[in-house]
Amino acid sequence: MGWVGDRERQPQLGPVVGDSALDLVEVGDQLQGLERTLAPVAKVEQKGTLSNADLREFFREMLLIRRFEEKVEERFRAGELPGFLHVAIGQEAVAVGVCRALEEGDIIASTHRAHGHTLAKGTTPSEVMAELYGKLEGCSHGYGGSMHLYDIERGNMGANAVVGGGLPAIVGAALAFKFRNEPRVGVAFFGDGATNIGTFHEALNLAQLWKVPALFVCENNHWAESTPSWQHMPIEDISQRAVAFGMKAVKVDGQDVEAVYKATRRALEHARGGKGPVFLAVETYRLVGHYIGDPQVYRSKEELAEVRETQDPIEHLRRKLELGDGEVEEVDREVQEIVEAAVEFAKNGTDPRPEDALKNIYA
Amino acid sequence: MPELSYREAVRDALVRAMREDDDVFILGEDIAEMGGSMGVTQGMLDEFGPERIRNTPISEMALAGAAIGAAMQGMRPVAEIMYEDFLTLAAEQIVNQAAKHRYMSGGQLTVPVTFRTQGGAGWSPGAQHAQQLEAWFVHIPGLKVVFPSTPTDVRGLLWSAIYDDNPVVFFEHRTLYGIKENVPDELEPIALGRARVHREGEDVTVIATGRLVHEALAAAKDAEQEGVSVEVVDPRTLQPLDEEALIASVRKTNRCVVAHEAVTRMGFGAEVAAVVQYGAFDWLDAPIERVGAKFAPLPFSPVMEDFVVPHSADVLDAIHRTLGRRNGN
Repeated sequence: MGWVGDRERQPQLGPVVGDSALDLVEVGDQLQGLERTLAPVAKVEQKGTLSNADLREFFREMLLIRRFEEKVEERFRAGELPGFLHVAIGQEAVAVGVCRALEEGDIIASTHRAHGHTLAKGTTPSEVMAELYGKLEGCSHGYGGSMHLYDIERGNMGANAVVGGGLPAIVGAALAFKFRNEPRVGVAFFGDGATNIGTFHEALNLAQLWKVPALFVCENNHWAESTPSWQHMPIEDISQRAVAFGMKAVKVDGQDVEAVYKATRRALEHARGGKGPVFLAVETYRLVGHYIGDPQVYRSKEELAEVRETQDPIEHLRRKLELGDGEVEEVDREVQEIVEAAVEFAKNGTDPRPEDALKNIYA
Repeated sequence: MPELSYREAVRDALVRAMREDDDVFILGEDIAEMGGSMGVTQGMLDEFGPERIRNTPISEMALAGAAIGAAMQGMRPVAEIMYEDFLTLAAEQIVNQAAKHRYMSGGQLTVPVTFRTQGGAGWSPGAQHAQQLEAWFVHIPGLKVVFPSTPTDVRGLLWSAIYDDNPVVFFEHRTLYGIKENVPDELEPIALGRARVHREGEDVTVIATGRLVHEALAAAKDAEQEGVSVEVVDPRTLQPLDEEALIASVRKTNRCVVAHEAVTRMGFGAEVAAVVQYGAFDWLDAPIERVGAKFAPLPFSPVMEDFVVPHSADVLDAIHRTLGRRNGN
């Protein structure tokens, strides 16, 4: 590394990283305990196969995300949470299937619908919940909120409130991995709505051109907010958009966590092996509105009831694993306890001081 | 002491940083074989190869965003935006992403990226290839903004921009690439946030940026013939702004003109005028005068272009106005 320039001689223009409000509180392991639940899956992953125990762990994690988001909805409606919130109920298998397939060092960029991705990438429910309550203990220390969940240490480079906004940075991050010869992959989550915006097309074009180790996970839930895909997309097969750039595209059933996991493992192998980026066209369903409180005037009650009945990924996995009611109840009790503990943790968290708003300002 | 043009000085900073540091690389349109639209990166492909002198598609959002992503992983990319008009295409990534990541994450990461760009009138490029948009970016918390006017400054400031841990939008002026200056053998980094007094004076301070620094220096010479002593100050870094230096100068001279090529309305000079009137209110003997382009898109025809953008005569007129004179009387 070369000489680091003139930093010493520059005037102090504001607090630097580490010298911030965040130092006021301990955000350490002692906070984790009960809710630190996302243990790595066994090495069997390497073969791309999953044991029954692995799948049960997936089930537990998906249920945890579901209960977490239901609790978020409840607390939002109770008026406890500021801002506005998007939940991804129905899309849990994508978050868990993709994130569990990642290796240490792989990174993600998420979207406005970020709770599941963030939890699946290893951030504790307490830290995510504390962020939603605007507390210093939150994973973005109260500066981000639901749409800007970050956890750099755990490889979450941030959730983005601009649709498609995170894709170019994943290309750049993957380019950095390539430059440094690091066997890491950058993963961008986004929805079908994002495939109409310029950043998507520019990012995919550049990624394929430069053959960077990136994975583009398109969670096609068929809705861009309230607009159905037939109104926002002139094609039916979304994977064609990647094919147009010469990119390897794979279609996956997003309600089947095992399928998502396996497809992701293969895609990662391709990307990590220097063969270029992969587009995962993940067919999924949003079983709720665009935001909490969305009256969903754009779809019929019957349609909603039908997808809820037939497309619940947690129910799919329960049937596949042939879990009995007793077993499910036991897991459910456990994850609900974790979620309750997260709410308690968040409520007891530290409010930032108003003037903390001026930390991390450098210009 | 070698003589370098402004263009060579930019290149010198880039080359030196890339020789010393594998984390520095350049990406942009036509920067490799062609050496950039202004020839700044000419010859660099031979030394550093196509990985580090990285040609991109005409794709400003993606190239800006890729630079941001690489910076978030600890590299120090320099993204060249061919014309600053095209910053508007990259604006989403620069404004919503680069400027916000460190803040929104609560300080978990930094984004050490530099966006180099250029613009400016004087060669009939028309309305979409010469705007001066620096004020837009000064308005965004989370961005540093630099606008050097001489070879020495551009070299030392670019180095500091590359090694700043935060995003910097770095403006160069098209018509300055050819100007030459003797520069020190060794690159001397210039700290961001420090103004430069180009010329000391007693009667009026002209605070100018970019090309207008040179117009102001010419106006100062003319004023000298009339017995008026003009101080010329270049902030060089627009954000953070060296307010102290500007205020101190005006407290000394009691009169102030702000001058830039960008349109006057909501230009950077408006902010400078506000800063100066607040910091030197009791010292001011005349209203602060502003010099900038007329409120029009840049016209093509040289006659009209010349009319729209400010020149040294406009600066001199403004100096006269602060002295209560008209036409030198």
